[in-house]
Amino acid sequence: MIAEQLLFAFLAACAVTTAVLMVFQRNPVTSAISLIGNFFCLAALYLLLEAQLLAVLEIAVYAGAIMVLVVFVIMLLNVGDEVSLSFRPNLRMIAGGVLMVAFLLELLYLFTMAPGAGSIVVAAMRPSGLGTVESMGHALYSGFLFPLQITGLLLLIAVVGAVILAKRRLS
Amino acid sequence: MSVPLPYYLALSAVLFTIGVVGVLVRRNVIVVFMAIELMLNSVNLTLVAFSSFLGDVTGQALVFFVMAVAAAEAAVGLAIVIAVYRNKPTVHLDDINILKW
Amino acid sequence: MTYELVPLAVLLPFIGFLINGLLGRLIKREAVIGAIGSAAVGIGFLIGLNVLFSMLAADPEHRTHVVELFPWISAGGLQTSIAYQIDPLSVVMLLIVTGVGFLIHVYAIGYMHGDPGFWRFFTYLNLFIFAMLNLILADNFLLMFLGWEGVGLCSYLLIGFWYDRNFEKGTTGDAAKKAFIVNRIGDFGFLIGMFLIFTTFGTLRFAPVFAQAEAFPVGAPIMLAITLALFVGATGKSAQIPLFVWLPDAMAGPTPVSALIHAATMVTAGVYMVARCSLLYALAPATMTVVAVIGASTALFAATIGLVQNDIKKVLAYSTVSQLGYMFLAMGVGAFTAGIFHVMTHAFFKALLFLGAGSVIHAMHEEQDIQKMGGLKSHVPITYRTFLLASLAIAGIFPFSGFFSKDEILWKAFAGGHIVLWAMGLFGAILTAFYMFRLVSLTFDGEPRWAHGKHPHEAPATMTVPLMVLAFLSVFGGVLGIPAALGGGNAIEQWLEPVFRPALDKLPHEGHASHVLEYTLMIVSVGVALGGILVARRWYRSTTGVPEGIAARFPVIHRVLVNKYFVDEAYDAVVVNPIQKGSERILWKGIDVGVIDWLVNASARFVAYLSRTVRVVQTGVAQGYALAFVLGVVAILGWLLVH
Repeated sequence: MIAEQLLFAFLAACAVTTAVLMVFQRNPVTSAISLIGNFFCLAALYLLLEAQLLAVLEIAVYAGAIMVLVVFVIMLLNVGDEVSLSFRPNLRMIAGGVLMVAFLLELLYLFTMAPGAGSIVVAAMRPSGLGTVESMGHALYSGFLFPLQITGLLLLIAVVGAVILAKRRLS
Repeated sequence: MSVPLPYYLALSAVLFTIGVVGVLVRRNVIVVFMAIELMLNSVNLTLVAFSSFLGDVTGQALVFFVMAVAAAEAAVGLAIVIAVYRNKPTVHLDDINILKW
Repeated sequence: MTYELVPLAVLLPFIGFLINGLLGRLIKREAVIGAIGSAAVGIGFLIGLNVLFSMLAADPEHRTHVVELFPWISAGGLQTSIAYQIDPLSVVMLLIVTGVGFLIHVYAIGYMHGDPGFWRFFTYLNLFIFAMLNLILADNFLLMFLGWEGVGLCSYLLIGFWYDRNFEKGTTGDAAKKAFIVNRIGDFGFLIGMFLIFTTFGTLRFAPVFAQAEAFPVGAPIMLAITLALFVGATGKSAQIPLFVWLPDAMAGPTPVSALIHAATMVTAGVYMVARCSLLYALAPATMTVVAVIGASTALFAATIGLVQNDIKKVLAYSTVSQLGYMFLAMGVGAFTAGIFHVMTHAFFKALLFLGAGSVIHAMHEEQDIQKMGGLKSHVPITYRTFLLASLAIAGIFPFSGFFSKDEILWKAFAGGHIVLWAMGLFGAILTAFYMFRLVSLTFDGEPRWAHGKHPHEAPATMTVPLMVLAFLSVFGGVLGIPAALGGGNAIEQWLEPVFRPALDKLPHEGHASHVLEYTLMIVSVGVALGGILVARRWYRSTTGVPEGIAARFPVIHRVLVNKYFVDEAYDAVVVNPIQKGSERILWKGIDVGVIDWLVNASARFVAYLSRTVRVVQTGVAQGYALAFVLGVVAILGWLLVH
C-alpha cells in the first residue's frame, strides 16, 4: 500500500519535472527527450491503474513512433536553440501567469474540491484484467467496431495527406 | 489501488496546465507541437483513471482512439511544418504570421 | 363517365403542347407535328359532343356537373381546386373552341407549311387551347384567371411569332408587347374584381358565389364595384373601348392565329365571363347600362374605322372589335343568350373570313393591301365563294347565321326600350355590310391590280376543306336560334335558359312585344344591310371615283378615320409618354439611383468600415489565438464553478 503510494508520488514528481523541462528547455532535442521521459512516467502510471495494453501502446506509439517522427523532423530542419525564453517580468508575463494560475486552480478545484467531486462511486467489484489485450480487444471489436474502422480510414487519410503536403512540387 | 482518484486527476490538471503554458510561451513550432501532445496525454491519464476506478473499459477504448488521432495529427502536422519551412525557412511561430488581414 | 372525360379534353392539348414543344425540333416532319396538334384538339371536340348528347338526354335542370380533380390552393379561408364545371354554357364554349380550333389547326398545317417555326407554332396553339379550355370550363374564378392569363400569354407569343419581321412602324415584338400590356391593364381589373368577390363571399367557386349573390338586393353597391372591375377585365380581353387598341396590332401574327385567337375564341372570353357572371351583372343595373353603352359605342366606332382601312386583316380586325361590341350590347341589355349565340355564329363566320383572308394572302404571296388585289374571283374560286358566304353572314342577310344572332341582339335592345342603342347597332350594321362588301369587291372583283409577276393559285386541301366546313356552319349555324316570330323554337335560348334563369329573374320584365314589330325590324335591318351591300358593290366593283370624291369633300373626317381617330396617338401622349418620362426622371434617376442605390452603397460602405476596424484582431499570430482560447476556457470554467 505504502509502496504503491510512494511509487505514485515518485512517478508524479517525475512526470511534472519532465513536463516542465520540456517546456522550459531552449534546445528542442532536449525538450523532445524530456517529453519521452514524461511518456514513460505516464506509461508506468497506466500500469498502476492496471491498463496494461495502453501502457505498452503509450511507449510504442507515443514514445516510439510519434516522438521519433518529431525528432526526425527536428534533425531534418536542423532547428537550433531558441534565442531566448525572455522571462523578464513585464505586464504581459504577469497577466499570463495569473491566467495560468487561475486556470490550474480552477481545474484542481473542479477535480478535487467541487461539490460532487469525491462522490464518484468506485466500483465495488472491479473486474480484474480490465486493461488486458483480451478485454480491450473484445471492447474494440464489438461495441467500438465502427469507430475502429473509421479510425483506420482516418490514419489512411493522414498518411496520404502527409505525403501530399511534404513532397516537393513537381513543377 | 490505494491511491485515490483525485490524485490522478490533480496530476492530470497540472500536466495539462504545463502543456498550455508550453503552447503559449514557446516560439518553436515543434515544441509547441510537443506541448499539445503533452496536453493530450494529460487528458488520456484522466480517461484511464476514470476507466479503472469505474471498472468500465470505455475510457480506455477512448484513449486508444485519442492515440490514433494523435498519430494522424503528428503525421499531418509535421508535414505542414515541413511544407511551411520549404516556403519560408523558419520554425518560429511569430514569423509564420502572414495569414491575417 | 361522360363528364369525367372532360378533364381529358383539357389535358390533351397540354400533352400535345409538351410533345411538340419538347420533341418538335426532333420530329421535324410537319405531317406528324400537325397531326399531333390537331388530334389533341379534335379529340377534345369529340368529348364535347359526347357531353352534349348526354346532356340533351338529361333533364334541363340537371345538366350542371362539377368534376373535381384535386385541391390546388388551400390557404386559410381560400380553398381552390382544379375543378371543371360542365353546364350548357360551358359546353357551348367547349364545342366552339375545340371545333373551330380543330379546323384552324388543320388549316394551319397547310398555311404554315415550310415555316421554320412550324413545330413552335403548333406548340403555342396547343398551349392556347389548353389555357382557353381552363378559362371556359373552370368552376372558380381563380382557375378561370389562370386560363385568362394563359391565353394572354399565348396571344403574346403568337403575335410575336415571326419575331424577325417588321410590322408597321416597329416589329412584331412591339405589337405583341402592346397586346400583352393592354391586356394586363384589363387583367388588373379582373384581379380587383376577384379580390372583391373573395372578401364579399369568402369563396371563389362559381356555385356558392352565385348562390349567396341571390340574397343581395338589386343595385347593391358591392355588386356595382365587382361587376365594373370585372368588366374592365372584359374590355381588355375582348378589345372594347377604351382598351381595344391592341387587337388591330395583333394582326402581326400569322393569319390562323388571327382567326383562332383574335376572332373566334380568346377575344370572346370577356363576353363569356360576363355571361358566366350574368347574375352579378343583373344585380347591378348601372353596370349593365355601362356594358350596353360601351358595346354599342364600340360596335359603331370600330365599324367607322373599318370603312377606310386598306389592309385586308385590319378591316377584319376592326370588324371583330365591332362584332364584339354587339355581343357586349347584348349582355348589357340582358340578352345573354343572344350574346352567346352571336359568339358562336361570329366564331364561324369570322374564323372563315380570316382563314379566307389567309388564303388570299397566301395566293398573293404575302400581299395584304386590298388596293393591290382585285379580280381574284376566278383564281381562288373556293376561297371566293366561302368568303362571300361569310360576308353575307356577317352583314346579317337572311337566312345566314349572322342574321339570326345579330337581329336577336337588336330586337332585344329595341324591345328593352333602348332605342338609341338599337339605332347605333342598326347604323353599325349598315356600315358592317358596307365595309365587308367593299372588302369583297376590292379583293375579288374588278380588274387585277397586282404586279404581273404574281400567279395567284388556290390553296391546298388542308386549307380549303376547313373553309368549306366553316362556310357550311356560317350558312346554317342560324337554325339553332330561329326566333319564335319566324316559327322556330330558338333551340339555343332554351338550351342556355337554365344557366341564365337566375339573372333573368332579377331583370325587369319587358312588356310583351308584338311579332309584327319584330317582323318590321327584321325587314328594316335586312333592308339597310342590303342597301349597304349594294352601295359598296356599285362604288368598288370597278374604279368609279365615288369614294375618292367623298373623301375629298370631307377631308377632315377622312383623315380622322384613316388615322383611327388618333386613339393610339392620344394614348401615347396621355399615358405612355408621361409614364416613360416619369419612370425615367422620378423612378429611375430619383428613387432608384438616389434612394435605393444610395442605401445599398451606404450599407456596403458601413460594412467595409466596420471590417477595417474589426480586422485588426486577426493578427496572424497563432499563439494570440491560443491565448484568447484559454481566456475563454478560464472564463467559462469560472462561470460554471460560480453557478
